[in-house]
Amino acid sequence: MSVPQGTIAADTTPPKAPLSPAPSKEPHGRDWRGLGWGFLVKLAIMAVINAFGLMGIVAAFRAEAWLIFAAAVLVLVAADIIYFTKRALPLKYLLPGLTFLLIFQVFIFGYTAYIAFTNYGAGHVGSQEQAVNAALSQGERRVEGSPSYPLTVIEQNGELGFAIVEDGEIKAGTADQPLQVVGDASGSGAATEVPGWNVVPRNTLISDPAMQDAVVELRVPISDDPNDGSIRTREGTTGAVYLSTMEWNPDAQTITDTATGTVYSATADGTFAAEDGTTLATGWTANVGFANFVRLFTDPDLFEPLGLVTVWTFAWAILSVLIPFAMGLVFAIIFNDERVKGRKILRTLFILPYAFPAFMSALLFRGMFNAEFGVINEFFFGGANIDWLGDPWLARGAVLFVNVWLTYPYYFLVCTGAIQALPADALEAASIDGAGRFRQLRSIILPLVLVATAPLLISSFAFSFNNFTIIYMFNNGGPAIPGAPYALGSTDILISAIWDISGVSGGKADYGLASALSILVFIVVGLISALAFRQTKKLEEYQ
Amino acid sequence: MRKLGIGVAALAATTILLAGCSGGGNTPAPDETDAGPIDASGVTLTIWTDANRQPAIEAAAATFEEETGATVELVEKNFDDIRTDFTNQVPTGEGPDITIGAHDWLGGLVEAGVVSTLDLGDVAGEFEQVALDAFSYDGQLYALPYSLETIALVQNTDLVGEDAPATWDEMVAAGTASGAERPFVINTAGQTGDAYTMYGFQTSFGAPVFVQDDSGSYTTEVGMGGEAGQAFAAWLGEKGETGTGNISTTVDYDTNNELFASGKAAYTIQGPWAIEALTAQGANVKVNPIPSAGGETASPFVGVQGFYLSAESENALVAQEFLVNYLATEDAQRALYEADPRIPAWSTIAEEVSADPVIAGFVASSQNGVPMPNIPQMGSVWDLWNAAQVQIIKGADPVSTWDKMVADLEATIG
Repeated sequence: MSVPQGTIAADTTPPKAPLSPAPSKEPHGRDWRGLGWGFLVKLAIMAVINAFGLMGIVAAFRAEAWLIFAAAVLVLVAADIIYFTKRALPLKYLLPGLTFLLIFQVFIFGYTAYIAFTNYGAGHVGSQEQAVNAALSQGERRVEGSPSYPLTVIEQNGELGFAIVEDGEIKAGTADQPLQVVGDASGSGAATEVPGWNVVPRNTLISDPAMQDAVVELRVPISDDPNDGSIRTREGTTGAVYLSTMEWNPDAQTITDTATGTVYSATADGTFAAEDGTTLATGWTANVGFANFVRLFTDPDLFEPLGLVTVWTFAWAILSVLIPFAMGLVFAIIFNDERVKGRKILRTLFILPYAFPAFMSALLFRGMFNAEFGVINEFFFGGANIDWLGDPWLARGAVLFVNVWLTYPYYFLVCTGAIQALPADALEAASIDGAGRFRQLRSIILPLVLVATAPLLISSFAFSFNNFTIIYMFNNGGPAIPGAPYALGSTDILISAIWDISGVSGGKADYGLASALSILVFIVVGLISALAFRQTKKLEEYQ
Repeated sequence: MRKLGIGVAALAATTILLAGCSGGGNTPAPDETDAGPIDASGVTLTIWTDANRQPAIEAAAATFEEETGATVELVEKNFDDIRTDFTNQVPTGEGPDITIGAHDWLGGLVEAGVVSTLDLGDVAGEFEQVALDAFSYDGQLYALPYSLETIALVQNTDLVGEDAPATWDEMVAAGTASGAERPFVINTAGQTGDAYTMYGFQTSFGAPVFVQDDSGSYTTEVGMGGEAGQAFAAWLGEKGETGTGNISTTVDYDTNNELFASGKAAYTIQGPWAIEALTAQGANVKVNPIPSAGGETASPFVGVQGFYLSAESENALVAQEFLVNYLATEDAQRALYEADPRIPAWSTIAEEVSADPVIAGFVASSQNGVPMPNIPQMGSVWDLWNAAQVQIIKGADPVSTWDKMVADLEATIG
């Protein structure tokens, strides 16, 4: 994710200048003299942009997402100012790109960084309020043996209540007023008329979400003693006696289990914990500071396998660039020689692996490397039972082989292009000066090819560093490192380790830890790329 | 990370939000206090389902829409994605009202606070008790069950007849005598390991993954340590790649089914979902309970699937109405069975469909089975458990590998 994808500067609003009769040296934006078609088109486009922008602003306001709200307002105001002023010409071109950069790069990176400082993951997904609600609803259970009563939702002076039918009598009550007998029921079903109360028709209830909420939340005590429980309904037609054992005290930030007397206090890491260490099931997302980063380096169960993964990631990324590049270069030189017949056809054949979808090739190779049924053991190793996928070193070799097979045609293409662009006079001069083939290769071809390909090698390194597809599809990072958490395996690279830790594929999710690791990977790749690009400048001076 | 999508989507979502505000409009319905169908026009229920179950839910939804005027929006999702997506999206308010799901997710969903408790009332008696138990957590029911699934011994009747082998040895002997290339084949999911499929053999040694208390609820005490677990580990090593070779990590799901379907293996252990693949090349099969390897009854995991109600549903009343009065009916349950034949959780339909010998075989196997634990700790088990089994199958020292796995597991669960 940290490979910067080219931001597509979709310039939706090309500032069109009306055709002016006399050519002007001024920028055309300043040349604008009145309302032309260009202005009308701009107006229409800006109207659409403003409409969508306002919609987003309203939505963000409603969702109380203040950061998005502020950003959306800023961007919209900026867009209006920039496109309706005669100044700020460069910004007219830059703004769309900058906006996309903000949304797709800066925001994502910022959000990942934010998650890295929380314990967002299994058991900590919501807000504290949601955790309290969950604890209260999980702590409320139907009183054993309580039958289902036919129930009617009733109303009196705007206050909602329930009326149930029990033993031929109608009993009615509200949240504050326990059930009382108010009359005799005519049949066995729910009461259609409740003396002294207005019956709320079910259809009114269903079409009013606010009232639905109120009804679902409503508890009508069955007697003066709260420990007898209260009537609640789930669908509005039947009720049963429920008893809640959990009490929330917002001032002390504690939940008390009245059945056992246990007090659960809110802790800094987002759980309700009792003094003896027991916790309530539902926690919330809490800011945990650097805990995730600290854990990456101090938890030996995690640090050791991750250390292995990191070393392998570097080896993988470097070898995935060097080997295919060397192979591609050699083949390019060979097949650039005019003495080779049918070069065009051969070159086309070389490109084939590059043309296959990588994930499909990886899957195919996985089958071919199968120790017992795979063709590789059968054809090339005389049916020997070589455990390509099960042995850590063989698996690393196999996945590297697959990646080399997939990527060397790319370098073959690139190097062929670079070699064909070499200045023929320099080579001729070298051979006149008596340089041999090897000397020419080392002193002229290689440096010149490197100047052209070095930026590609660096970006390939960054790509290989995060080449999730091959690793995941070939062997899913396996074979597993014995005892490692999150099923970390011997061929896992950092990005696939992040995938395993995040738990998106199942298991126990830990987004906070996965985000922390993502940030570290981003920093590593960024640093290496920056250093490497600095080195390439030296190569260019060589030219 | 998915949460992020929602943050970004706020802008895009506005379109939908505003459309909903302007278009929906709560038209007050004509009064009708009669207990008949409700009028829920203007209410939209969102239900997540997978592709298999979609037609059946569509049928129940159509009746519901017709009778109540509500709109049911079915969102088709990959079953494996539902758990994570549901957990992450419900707290943001973007999740569905109802989702299909498996019972072993329950502990995690409760931990995340995203599912609502459910009261089926009197309909509860129509369901198999094991299905209700599976969807109960800490004594509360959280979902409407609809199907059971389990794995069983599938045998090629052309090779080994219909008789169920009682023990592993009997099975291997019969399989070898049949002249098939392999007496028995079992899926290990390649190098990943498949403790789920292996669990019947493990329980026959008396080594359950977690200990059950008297009421049948799972505790967090790991049950596969000690002598029973070590005996299973030793057995696994003995049958593994460096032993008799009956169990091999070169066999993944497709290889397993191919070997059986082509008649190269006499027995396999699979679930009802694989029957089509196993019989694709004309093999005649009989489904029997899993034979015992360690002397005790082999109890495979029983999985239950059903419908969860979101804790943040804005239409809780309507959603309850749909679940209890439209999905918890015999007709709807039968339609679900016909759409995707799994063992029904509705008792009378289960009896009815047992006329099919294949289904009857799986029903018999499920009666030996135990529900898969639904406690959140189960999520931490698979990785270590699968990996240890693979190592033992590949020839690592069984007892020490197993003991280390159990120790690691206990440390992880805490």
